[in-house]
Amino acid sequence: MASTPHIAVIGGGSTGIGIARDLAMRGLDVTLLEQGNLTHGTTGRMHGLLHSGGRYAVSDQASAEECIEENRVLRDIASHCVEMTGGLFVKRPEDSEEYFEEKLQGCEACGIPAEVVSGAEARQMEPHLAKDVDRAISVPDGAVDPFRLVVANAASAQEHGARIETHSKVTDLLVEAGEVVGVEVEHDSGPGKRVHGTEGGREEIRADYVVNAAGAWTGRIGDMAGLDVAVRPSKGVMTIMNIRQVDTVINRCRPKGDADIIVPHETTAILGTTDEEVADPEDYPEEQWEVDMMIDTLSELVPMLSEARTIRSFWGVRPLYEPPEVGSEDPTDITRDYFLLDHAERDDLGGMTSIVGGKFTTYRMMGEEISDHVCEQFGVDADCRTAEVPLPGSEDFSVLRDYMDEFGLRSPIGRRSVERLGSRADEVLEIDGPNPTLCECEGVTRAEVRDAINQSGSDLNAVRIRTRASMGNCQGGFCCHRLASELHGSGENGYDEVTARQAWDELLQERWKGQRHALWGEQLSQASLNYALHATTQNRDRDPADGDPVDFAAFDRGPEPNETAGTTGVATDGGERGGD
Amino acid sequence: MAIDSEVLVVGGGLAGMTSALSAARAGADVRLLSYKQSTLRHASGLVDILGYAGDGDGPLTDPYAAIPDLPTEHPYRTVGESTVRDAMALFDETLPTYRGTHTDRNALVPTHGGTVKPTARYPASAAAGLASDDRPVLLVGFDSLVDFDAPQAAAHLEAAGVPFEARGVTIRFPGDLRADAKVTRYAKLLDTDGDVSVDGRERSVRDALAERVDAELDGEARVGFPAVLGDDRASAVRAALSESLGADVFEVPMGPPSLPGLRLEDRLFDALDEAGVGIETGNPVVDYECDRTDDGPDRIDRVFVEKNGARIPYSAGQYVLATGGLVGKGVESDRERVYEPVFDCHVPHPGDRYDWFETEAFGDHSFARFGVATDDRLRPTDADGTVEFENLRAAGSVLGGYDFAAEKSGSGVSIATGYTAGRGAVGVSP
Repeated sequence: MASTPHIAVIGGGSTGIGIARDLAMRGLDVTLLEQGNLTHGTTGRMHGLLHSGGRYAVSDQASAEECIEENRVLRDIASHCVEMTGGLFVKRPEDSEEYFEEKLQGCEACGIPAEVVSGAEARQMEPHLAKDVDRAISVPDGAVDPFRLVVANAASAQEHGARIETHSKVTDLLVEAGEVVGVEVEHDSGPGKRVHGTEGGREEIRADYVVNAAGAWTGRIGDMAGLDVAVRPSKGVMTIMNIRQVDTVINRCRPKGDADIIVPHETTAILGTTDEEVADPEDYPEEQWEVDMMIDTLSELVPMLSEARTIRSFWGVRPLYEPPEVGSEDPTDITRDYFLLDHAERDDLGGMTSIVGGKFTTYRMMGEEISDHVCEQFGVDADCRTAEVPLPGSEDFSVLRDYMDEFGLRSPIGRRSVERLGSRADEVLEIDGPNPTLCECEGVTRAEVRDAINQSGSDLNAVRIRTRASMGNCQGGFCCHRLASELHGSGENGYDEVTARQAWDELLQERWKGQRHALWGEQLSQASLNYALHATTQNRDRDPADGDPVDFAAFDRGPEPNETAGTTGVATDGGERGGD
Repeated sequence: MAIDSEVLVVGGGLAGMTSALSAARAGADVRLLSYKQSTLRHASGLVDILGYAGDGDGPLTDPYAAIPDLPTEHPYRTVGESTVRDAMALFDETLPTYRGTHTDRNALVPTHGGTVKPTARYPASAAAGLASDDRPVLLVGFDSLVDFDAPQAAAHLEAAGVPFEARGVTIRFPGDLRADAKVTRYAKLLDTDGDVSVDGRERSVRDALAERVDAELDGEARVGFPAVLGDDRASAVRAALSESLGADVFEVPMGPPSLPGLRLEDRLFDALDEAGVGIETGNPVVDYECDRTDDGPDRIDRVFVEKNGARIPYSAGQYVLATGGLVGKGVESDRERVYEPVFDCHVPHPGDRYDWFETEAFGDHSFARFGVATDDRLRPTDADGTVEFENLRAAGSVLGGYDFAAEKSGSGVSIATGYTAGRGAVGVSP
């Protein structure tokens, strides 16, 4: 090849971003296109489980082996995104003995370290487990922050020269002479970082090869070139609790079933999930029974969940795929494996491969395989290095340093900032001026928020996924306006007031959306407080800047000076008790 | 033997304090029980009556004129416009530091988010900030006080079309307060006018602050600060800054913890002390006993307060329920239902919890109107409209039928219904 091949990757979830990093590290030119924020699709809507493979050790041993291999890789290259909580497959008296044995043997067969613990031992590890849990299998499950992981991959891809375009929807595939030669995209706000109010526009991006990694949207991209890629989207609910009732991943040890996992994630615990095929990945019912089932069924494992506070629920859509000839009826029977569909071989249309199916835990392996495939097209001979080179933030981060004194942060906040930032802590936390906490629930300081704004533009939801600001108990009740103020801040973050106000509104709406499924008890009280703070004190629901002009002259201007002394309120009550 | 009084008020917020005060002023022996910190610390300290009509029309210039058009279940319709006026007269007499008494018209007060809020009364500390005043404003923020961004608020006010020039600056507060210092830390320092170290020199904090602001001042006639200008000696702090700057000084109301809200609470507690109301705080009312009657509603005989694990009985002839709404936990809910936890009074609500809210953050939420329904004397009624207890009245946000956040009516409803319930409890019909 005379020049470096240019590859367009469609999809900014874990799969697409993993491919972009891999190809960029092998020296190819890469442009990644994502219709929303990074993780906009399924990646941003998962339970955050780093699989040990235990879940698939009976039903799908090939996937189980991939999981344990990648589990080990991610602990190494993404240490600042992973919390090795460990996991338990918990058996209740009514659950099958045979299945328990099969699970244990399956783990052994797949090379997953597994150990049987008694009910009493399991309760020693997790005191809130039900009293009648009789046995459990301990496995190396963990929790992983999908946002942080994807952002770190994007940063690495950019360091290697990749162009990452978010809020850029692919509207067409360019096809010439039986070959895909590029894509047409609609930028929401102009190329580069997203900034509210800047003009978007259409762009034709010519590419030597296109990789379709659009997850649940893969079929839609295929349609643009008349290809039939039958992704079978399947929805699942996840319910977030306000505290970690457990510090270990708790799985129910029984064959497939709904509501069988609890993942401790940062300050929360996430209950999951359901598995139900939907027609449209963007429009499907989110139903009360699903939330109720999470709480009621998982209370059988951890009884305190029935009375606990949930802060929101969300749904994700798995982009499942199986070769059409398999014909599974039930989505739980569809394999979690992934497939490369080279459209030249499959459909006689060159220049594009789709990747479908797969799991978050194996995103890197999928990236490696498709990058091998792409390099083969161009005769590029370059080794994959993504399993060895740590992600930005995870370099040289074997020991968690104590940054408290160094950055003048209170201990829990300092610790949490550094956990999130990993080896980037130094460069991010060093700012001019004071570094107050903006989000108290998650311990996020101004420095982290400014760093995120520098990365992602005026989009506060992008700031949220990078920092976790507004994702705690109060769901943004106390910090949404503070984040908007940082956008309006001086220096390189200097957006105007209208831009900051639009971003603020978007964040308020987004935070409301998921809370709707948690509105009873404490969280309804919290939502009422948030509503009152925003509507009463700030009058944001009837913001005069957004509405009709106000006739200011018709309102009280204070008494005439000769009417009452002290209109300014300084002179009338200057005594000891002047506490008005 | 129960601890006895003529009137027992359960709840220590604006409604509970107003009802205790009106009952005591009418000559009754009154006791007030308050469990948690009142929600006044969350409130801006502005005292609104009605800022927007039921259909969202507004901001209203005259809050009283809109009362007859409110829905019939609205608490203002229950007590009537003239009672709202009488209740406000009691408030005005009790809180001489509040302004706005010279007119029925609402004022528009800038708040920390950069909007303006319609309100009937405002603390003297906010008076120089009124948005209908056309004198130029300099807003001053502090770089570590994250709830008020002065340049953003100034730009937002101009976007709202205010009739004055607004400019915002961010400065460093003199002395090295920690980045996460609370608003009370600023207020106490200004109250005592303590020394701070500036460029290696000890100076009074008020002087040092005025000097930094003066350097930014460009002829503006008024200067607005976040609401941290003193606690017990707020007017002296403003007077000192005003004199140094040669400009009127005002505070911009803020969210929690709100000093203007806390100052209002302090003043009301002083007034209750003066009126001889017995106040007990820190323990919840957990149960009650009542006398059944053959004809007519039951009478509450006593309530039980849980104190260090013991149940202490309190009895009274009349009771006022002023425990707050969903925020203050005078109304609670679970996945199945919404209820009032002390007397289990009926709270009307849709059966399906997905009908409790709308999909937009500022939609017309059903939950915002959750609370007890009452007869025309503010006595809670059951699902059939029958009075639950002959001697129980409800006041403030435990009442249903109004959305205080959308209407900007929270303080006014608490004052008007507190006044009505307090006087009703001693047999004075308003």
